[in-house]
Amino acid sequence: MSAISGYPPDRGLEYVGASRIEGLLVVVERVRDVGFDELVEIAGPGGRPRLGRVLEVSDKCALVQVLEGTDGLSGRTVSARFLGESLRLPVSRSMLGRVFDGLGRPADGGPPPLSGDRRDVNGSPINPVARRYPREFIQTGISAIDGMNALVRGQKLPIFSGNGLPHDRVCAQLIRQARLPGEKEGFSIVFAAMGVKRDVADYFMRDFAASGALSRVAMFLSLADAPGVERLLTPRSALTLAEHLAFDCGQHVLVVLTDMTNYCESLREVGSARGEIPGRKGYPGYLYSDLASLYERAGRVDGSPGSITQTAILTMPSDDISHPVPDLTGYITEGQIVLDRELSQRGIYPPISGLPSLSRLMKDGVGKGYTREDHPALTSQLFACYAYVKRVRALADIIGEEELGAGDKLYLKFGEAFENRFISQGEREDRPIELTLDLGWEILSMLPREELRRVGEKMLDEHYRSGIIIKNQESGI
Amino acid sequence: MSSADGGGTVVTRVSGPVVTVKGMGGSAMYEVVRVGELGLVGEVVRQHGDSATVQVYEDTSMLKPGAPVERTGAPLSLWLGPGLIGNIYDGVQRPLPALQALSGTWIKRGEKADPLDTARRWEFKPLLGAGQEVSEGQAAGLVPETPLVEHKVLIPPGISGKVLSAVPAGSYTINDVLAVVETAAGPAEIKMLQKWPVRRPRPARERRRVDGPLVTGQRIIDTFFPIGKGGCACIPGGFGTGKTITQHQLAKWSDAGIIIFIGCGERGNEMTEVLREFPRLKDPRTGRPLMERTILIANTSNMPVAAREVSIYTGITMAEYYRDMGLDVAVFADSTSRWAEALREMAARLEEMPAEEGFPASLPSRLAKFYERGGAVTTLGGERGSISIVGAVSPPGGDFSEPVTQHTRRFTRVFWSLDTELANARHYPAINWLRSYSDYLDEVEPAWEKLSPGWRELRAEAMAVMQREEHCRQIARLIGPDALPDSQKLFLFIGGVMRDGFLAQSAYDENDMFCPPAKQAALLGLIMALYRGGRDLVKAGVPLSAVSALPCVPEILRARTGYAGDDLPGLAKLAARLAEELGAAAKKGAS
Repeated sequence: MSAISGYPPDRGLEYVGASRIEGLLVVVERVRDVGFDELVEIAGPGGRPRLGRVLEVSDKCALVQVLEGTDGLSGRTVSARFLGESLRLPVSRSMLGRVFDGLGRPADGGPPPLSGDRRDVNGSPINPVARRYPREFIQTGISAIDGMNALVRGQKLPIFSGNGLPHDRVCAQLIRQARLPGEKEGFSIVFAAMGVKRDVADYFMRDFAASGALSRVAMFLSLADAPGVERLLTPRSALTLAEHLAFDCGQHVLVVLTDMTNYCESLREVGSARGEIPGRKGYPGYLYSDLASLYERAGRVDGSPGSITQTAILTMPSDDISHPVPDLTGYITEGQIVLDRELSQRGIYPPISGLPSLSRLMKDGVGKGYTREDHPALTSQLFACYAYVKRVRALADIIGEEELGAGDKLYLKFGEAFENRFISQGEREDRPIELTLDLGWEILSMLPREELRRVGEKMLDEHYRSGIIIKNQESGI
Repeated sequence: MSSADGGGTVVTRVSGPVVTVKGMGGSAMYEVVRVGELGLVGEVVRQHGDSATVQVYEDTSMLKPGAPVERTGAPLSLWLGPGLIGNIYDGVQRPLPALQALSGTWIKRGEKADPLDTARRWEFKPLLGAGQEVSEGQAAGLVPETPLVEHKVLIPPGISGKVLSAVPAGSYTINDVLAVVETAAGPAEIKMLQKWPVRRPRPARERRRVDGPLVTGQRIIDTFFPIGKGGCACIPGGFGTGKTITQHQLAKWSDAGIIIFIGCGERGNEMTEVLREFPRLKDPRTGRPLMERTILIANTSNMPVAAREVSIYTGITMAEYYRDMGLDVAVFADSTSRWAEALREMAARLEEMPAEEGFPASLPSRLAKFYERGGAVTTLGGERGSISIVGAVSPPGGDFSEPVTQHTRRFTRVFWSLDTELANARHYPAINWLRSYSDYLDEVEPAWEKLSPGWRELRAEAMAVMQREEHCRQIARLIGPDALPDSQKLFLFIGGVMRDGFLAQSAYDENDMFCPPAKQAALLGLIMALYRGGRDLVKAGVPLSAVSALPCVPEILRARTGYAGDDLPGLAKLAARLAEELGAAAKKGAS
């Protein structure tokens, strides 16, 4: 077996010589029986073979993209061996607990996984008719998520962050705590790291080990020092395994993709190397379709008890949510959790921004029969009141807090309590959903009852508790 | 030395979905071909000598030069006939439920299935007899397709003459010959199944002026920014502003005979939601499941991009087919930006010269052609039909100055501008009332005036109040609301009541999700009565707090959810109560 691809060394025809080598691209002339997207082994004389794939093929030549860089290759001596199929990943349940590189080759010194089942990493689109609508509430124990932007099984909910914000800690907490209310067993986790630093990967690995989760985690690492193109295949390898675990083995899988901004930069790099016409900020025009081919590999399907829940972390360049990467991601995913620098600087953890965060599937996963009947109304009211707090704060910045009316001052207090008591929590604090909801009511009850227009009278009778709370607040409890 | 050196029609080059084929002499533009051993569907998009460039609708992985190509000699055409309603198709009219039955959860490449069930027998009632003269567009017979849709089997465009033979009433399949018509070109068979090229508009006798509103049951739309039957609307918004939810609401509650929902490059789960909800929801007018008048086209974002480009033509061609039966059809395209991106992607692969932001220079004319297939017409058969189009636009970064939004604005007359700030405050539908517009007020006015005399003035008054509110809010943002005099604070108060009591609408509340026009008029009347009464009281020196403390104000705020759609007597009672309380407050103020 060739170490590089797992293919026998005599497989496929070998061609020697390339008419052009440029960046990551190698043009091999006079090829025959070569397919688009076919996998290629490229080697210099005596050198370690590297993987590549066919980007374009005509009856005269093939344009090959070398996944691991072309340094040291010479046009005269380079050899190309076409392997007869597109990139495939052997999949098996035994891959949990292991570490792989971006192409699915063992990176932990262990043997290659035993599996007769090799899957095309590009996957196939799920027939929309075969999808089942996700609606099982996942309790993450994080109030800002459970209470305001609840996650359901089969959803894709990314974390939009910025450099220096604690997205890794939030994500690790989410992985540790996420489960259906009342269930003990958490998720199987497929973790794909694209272009992140070794420290980050180590952080997650330590965290998995500490929480005893390591045996149900498969990691695909293409770290910052790995060749850029490998990054493009890393999430595909990870999702291919996730699909096997979820839809063949019936497991509930949580896929973590970090950091999608690095992935998109690699895509841009490859696109510009090919001389493609760039779109916004130099990213290729097909960025949306490409991202969709990853994010859409989530959900639930008929005839399988399993599910894929996806959370992608992406750092917004200069915290700009309208940058193409977060922008296009937001158009594909079912909401987003946005981290806020200002909250973070005020020492609030998790710094989950109240207003721009959104979970599109929440409406069908909470309320009567899922969490608690009052959940949707409570969320809606908290959002409305917090939006008003933002307006009052803007006003207070101009005219000064003293000049505010009594009602508006109350809103400021409410805003403080919302951020310091509801949003803010410990990194190891796992709040049951009931606690999150009760806390929400407690804080809402700081406001006059008639301000709560989004809640019905009956629900207010049941949950609104004027007086008691503010006292608590003052006594610092 | 390649295997492609032999003769025949074979692939010579593959670059993603763009494939070059030689041996294509005599092919026509947009002719459909089947590529490779799998028979992947593609369309000729460019010809050069003996070769042609083909755009393939499926993934081309491992397609090789030398692979055989089969020509079909026909452009991409749809199957039109009974059985479309209630079905769900991909962009090139492959029926997704049938594909699931064939290949399970995943869509396999090259999978084929007939768009319509050829074995199913339909009850057919003929309207023609032998010897009769017929002309194109005339109904040859009727088929009850669903309890909501009586399907007319039409004489296809271009066929007129004497009926040579016609079948009696009975049950037939879509391929059975129902009648034979003698035409100048020889006898023509009439079947339920007809085929029509997707890129060619179906003919109509003439365009009519749009008349009457497309009632959507959504207050901000029907009352403030109405769309006429046969009109075109553009609904742009950044992500998270509720484009899809608004589109779903419109698709559910619009009073069109046929709804066609095109999920073009959007999320898979959203289509699942539609599939799950529509059979369950009842049409408020007929009480029948909404699915009985709905066709879904689902080409989700991860399905092949070339098929995404065709999907909106597939949808509009089906719309024209039902329009020709004299029906009002509403087409919802979510989202046209993804369609434009598919154009851009294909253009880049064809190495076309890019114009604005990489989009091909033909983008505006393509958009224009699409929206012009909407409109109100007199059909070939002399009936009145219409197609209304609502196109969602997803501008990158929420920036409306980008090409797709800008060009779409040129060809539509209604603009529902979605607003991130409203969405952040969870005010839905997040349609901004100051930036949106409708150019159909004259066309819809008669219908509204009949329902509620003085509607147009009331609407204008309410718009003026909302404009004043915005003005006062801006001042309040600088100096604080408490520094404003009561006469201006009144606008903040009434504006708040308008926002919460009228403009916001719940998609999930039983009473609120569909608001009939009469209830809309009553609610607006109620709030404007509060405004006028409040204004007079404030003028007379009564403090605004006395107005906002009127006991019926909370009731007015909750009226949208608290009263059923047909509870007009209840709302009239509330209006009387308001008048009473305003009167009492005036008396108290005077003393």
